[in-house]
Amino acid sequence: MSYKVLYYVNQFFGQVGGEDKAGMAPVMKDEKVGPALGFDQLMGEDVEVVGTIICGDNYFNENNEEAVKFIIDAVSEKDPDLVVAGPAFNAGRYGMACAGVAKVVADELKIPVITGMYAENPGLESSRTKAIVVETADSAAGMKKALATMSELAKKMLKGEKLGYPEDEGYFAQGKRLTVFSDKRGSERAVEMLLARFKGEEFKSELPMPVFDRVEPAAAINDLSKAKIALVTSGGIVPNGNPDRIQSASAQKWGKYNIAGKDSLEGEFYTIHGGYDPVYANELPDRVAPLDMMRKFQKEGLIGEVYEYFYTTTGTGTSVGNSITFGREIGKELKEAGVDAAILTST
Amino acid sequence: MVKEIERYGIPIVHMSTITTISESVGANRIVPTIAIPYPVGNPNLSKVVEEDLREKLVRRAITALGTEVEETTYF
Repeated sequence: MSYKVLYYVNQFFGQVGGEDKAGMAPVMKDEKVGPALGFDQLMGEDVEVVGTIICGDNYFNENNEEAVKFIIDAVSEKDPDLVVAGPAFNAGRYGMACAGVAKVVADELKIPVITGMYAENPGLESSRTKAIVVETADSAAGMKKALATMSELAKKMLKGEKLGYPEDEGYFAQGKRLTVFSDKRGSERAVEMLLARFKGEEFKSELPMPVFDRVEPAAAINDLSKAKIALVTSGGIVPNGNPDRIQSASAQKWGKYNIAGKDSLEGEFYTIHGGYDPVYANELPDRVAPLDMMRKFQKEGLIGEVYEYFYTTTGTGTSVGNSITFGREIGKELKEAGVDAAILTST
Repeated sequence: MVKEIERYGIPIVHMSTITTISESVGANRIVPTIAIPYPVGNPNLSKVVEEDLREKLVRRAITALGTEVEETTYF
């Protein structure tokens, strides 16, 4: 029995280019490109990667309809038994694209999909129930291990074999509940768990409790013409020279800069964000952090004033933990300064 | 970051391009923007038209700050 696999990668792993090619429309190569080659070799003789789709990360996220149509046509042409995407590691846009592939191929075309992501990839939530998402490291340094796990699981998926538990096989739990036999009655297990909890001992919930972290929407501003509004960005816009050495990815800090009296960020600020093509933001940073318009609205009286400090950090690859900490620290300053509202821009 | 700032009771609007991320993380006021490398801009347009575009988007953000919402709302 021989099997066909269709492989999806982004512009970087497809060896076309970096950020400058993130806007490229998808193309289909008959050859195995990048990780597709490694995957093909690991799968052995019965399986062949029959094509590699290469698509720009920005393109997929900004032109979802067209990208999805391309995937559907590609699947129709190649008729694969399995579709593989990524692995995307911690690359957010790439993860979202892989999730998009999972959505159309697994949900609509009913063909199994396997991909790989780091636990904090924003694409994980929407893809884990549709595809098998292998847990990977946060960077391409983990490519070898990721492909090894992905190929092992792919072999089982192709043969129709049942996969073991997520924690044993190395993929993210899909939220599926399985009936298993236990050596103890439920009542016994429940009492044991309760006793352990009373005694402060470790116990493992058989069903993990979901954590919903929604924030109550803050009350709207009554009188905007008197409001002091702060500008914050995750687009990595910093003063020329990056005096505080904010990182280009996986930020460890945020910066605050006095913008009193400035009508725009042009000429004095630029971007150090490593996750998008910097050309346009360097020409005119207000394309990412629109101080020019906020100042205009201040002069027109639409808003009261622009808070004199501008807050910035880099979003790409920045851990959830750090993001929470930065948000808390910045929020505290804004609250203490009597700021009424904030605009936060992201790239 | 958006949520942590909002937790202080400060109304905040997230202007972002990949709104699915914004929504899944839990921003309450969202303004979808143009593109990843230029959320509130478009270098393919002439200066005047581009400024007009940016003004429109930021105005939407300000409107969002003045609008009561109960749940995730796009502006």
